[in-house]
Amino acid sequence: MTREINVQAAANRFLAQISGNLGAYMEACLHCGHCADACHFYAVTDDPRYTPAYKLFPMARTYKRSKPPLSWFGGAPKVTEKDLQEWEELLFDSCTMCGRCTMVCPMGIDIASIVAASRQAFVAAGLGPPDLLQAAENARDKGSPLGVSADVLADRVEWLADDNEVDIPLDKEKADVLLTVSSIELMKYPDSLVAMAKLLNHAGIDWTLSSKGYEATNFGFLSGRSDIAKIMIQRIVDAAESVGAKTVVIPECGHAYGVLRWAGANILGKPLPFEVVHITEFLADLKRRGKLKLKPMGDAVTYHDPCQISRRGGATQAARDLLDGFATDFREMTPTGNHNWCCGGGGGVQAMSRAAGLRHKVFKLKMDQVEQTGADTMLSACANCRLTMDESKEHWHWDKDLGSLVEVLAEHIDESNAAA
Amino acid sequence: MELLDFARGPALQFALAVFVLGFLWRIVSLFLMPRTKDRSAARPGTRPALFAATREIIRRTAPDKAFGKHSLFALVNGYVFHVGLFIVIIGFAPHIVFFRDLLGVAWPSLPNNVIYAAGVITIASMMVALVRRFLNPVQRLISTLDDYFSWLVTFLPVLTGLLANSHLWVRYETLLAIHILSVELFLIWLPFGKLMHLALVFVTRSQIGTHLAHRGAQI
Repeated sequence: MTREINVQAAANRFLAQISGNLGAYMEACLHCGHCADACHFYAVTDDPRYTPAYKLFPMARTYKRSKPPLSWFGGAPKVTEKDLQEWEELLFDSCTMCGRCTMVCPMGIDIASIVAASRQAFVAAGLGPPDLLQAAENARDKGSPLGVSADVLADRVEWLADDNEVDIPLDKEKADVLLTVSSIELMKYPDSLVAMAKLLNHAGIDWTLSSKGYEATNFGFLSGRSDIAKIMIQRIVDAAESVGAKTVVIPECGHAYGVLRWAGANILGKPLPFEVVHITEFLADLKRRGKLKLKPMGDAVTYHDPCQISRRGGATQAARDLLDGFATDFREMTPTGNHNWCCGGGGGVQAMSRAAGLRHKVFKLKMDQVEQTGADTMLSACANCRLTMDESKEHWHWDKDLGSLVEVLAEHIDESNAAA
Repeated sequence: MELLDFARGPALQFALAVFVLGFLWRIVSLFLMPRTKDRSAARPGTRPALFAATREIIRRTAPDKAFGKHSLFALVNGYVFHVGLFIVIIGFAPHIVFFRDLLGVAWPSLPNNVIYAAGVITIASMMVALVRRFLNPVQRLISTLDDYFSWLVTFLPVLTGLLANSHLWVRYETLLAIHILSVELFLIWLPFGKLMHLALVFVTRSQIGTHLAHRGAQI
């Protein structure tokens, strides 16, 4: 399939996003190449094209050509259609925007942010993985990337509530807390919603789901469709305002947290009228306040940090606080926390079918990490990581178990001593 | 006019003018661009931006835990030539005289043999850096003309300075003139290429430090 590629549209879209902050990052790269070692795609392939700094080249050239005094010296070679075609894979398929490269950058360049801006430029030019773009359009048109419309949501909520004998409030008129869901959970890991419902009910939280805004993932952001990104955020804002929620809880999904918690207000251009917390943060707070009673769990478990929750989200400690005193045989992997390796499927890469082979290679890093701990089960707090890792686990016929932290917590609620 | 007089006179004035104006232009043009305001609510307990920026400038001077083994050699080599350059520029008695005449401040010098050793080590270290840039597949792929030219204009003053100090090759006055001219080339190029990291390092480290501190993500 040949696609019309509009190089000028890419340049215009990219330059329109340039601020002083992004400009400084664009000008600062020393081409030292240290970022390569920090990138999982380079680490498992040794292909220098996967060097994070290299991924920025077309847009760095576009920027340098545009700005004096560098432009006086001819700036940089002109970006061509062929360049954009070649870099599409580097900016989409082989970057999860996990931010690990920034940790080793001597200049502290926020490479993931430049990749996000570059993706918008590439999409404006008519590029981008079709399945990722389709997911974004599904979200806009149907309510969710996997086609979970408000009707489907109501059906699934009713089925899950009946099947599990748990109260899952949908469209309550007023509630303190608005819970959102990821359609990956609804369609592939529905127990996750049941688990959240059990935990919130156990702690006596006044919460609801809303058919006005329920989808936590934001494929508009991941696919470079800023218009769709804004629509998805606005839906949650509308839902929270209509129920009067002061808190919006993001489920086990890393990018959903990153986008709403840290980018949401910037995309809307005004502060969000509520607090955004990840489910692990919300539960950790309940546990601290004695509202979450758990029976200890003795299984040998380790924890995979979703990049957008830990490294780029600042909520690294929440999962540890939940595991502390609960998982009696918890083993940290190496590296862990803010330094943990990415699952390989963040940044929308999970939704790109053509990137599957590359994701499986990345999973080797994770298998090694887990095996070094000796744990039998790897828990995580992101359905997207979980789906990525489940697919790779199957690919490699790996014998360890993968699980959700929230589901494990829900399985160990101590009702004998429930909070008042 | 002798070459040395030219180098010390009009050439120096021109180079300093280009350096100062170019430097200011580069920084001012960057800060004239609108800067994005982070409208997201900061994580409670976040330290003030100034603290976060300063912390990050200092913290990033040491290598991060995520540093790859492949890069360790290059990292150490990077420290070697930066420190070597610093010693030679700041510690050599004639340089201090130059700074005294230009800026009106002076400081004690280091012994000549220390400067000589630092110069030789810097030369060797920069050669290694260049060879690595050619041989390492990652660095070779991402290197641009700026990288090689910036290397050259940094290397030449060290080489010519070392030759002048050793009284090798041609007569001292000519070597000294060439040395000064090479420094002027360095000054003229500095604001326009990657050598500007001399100043940008404080800008970008501050930015990422405050950006992540706002989120409570202290990496």
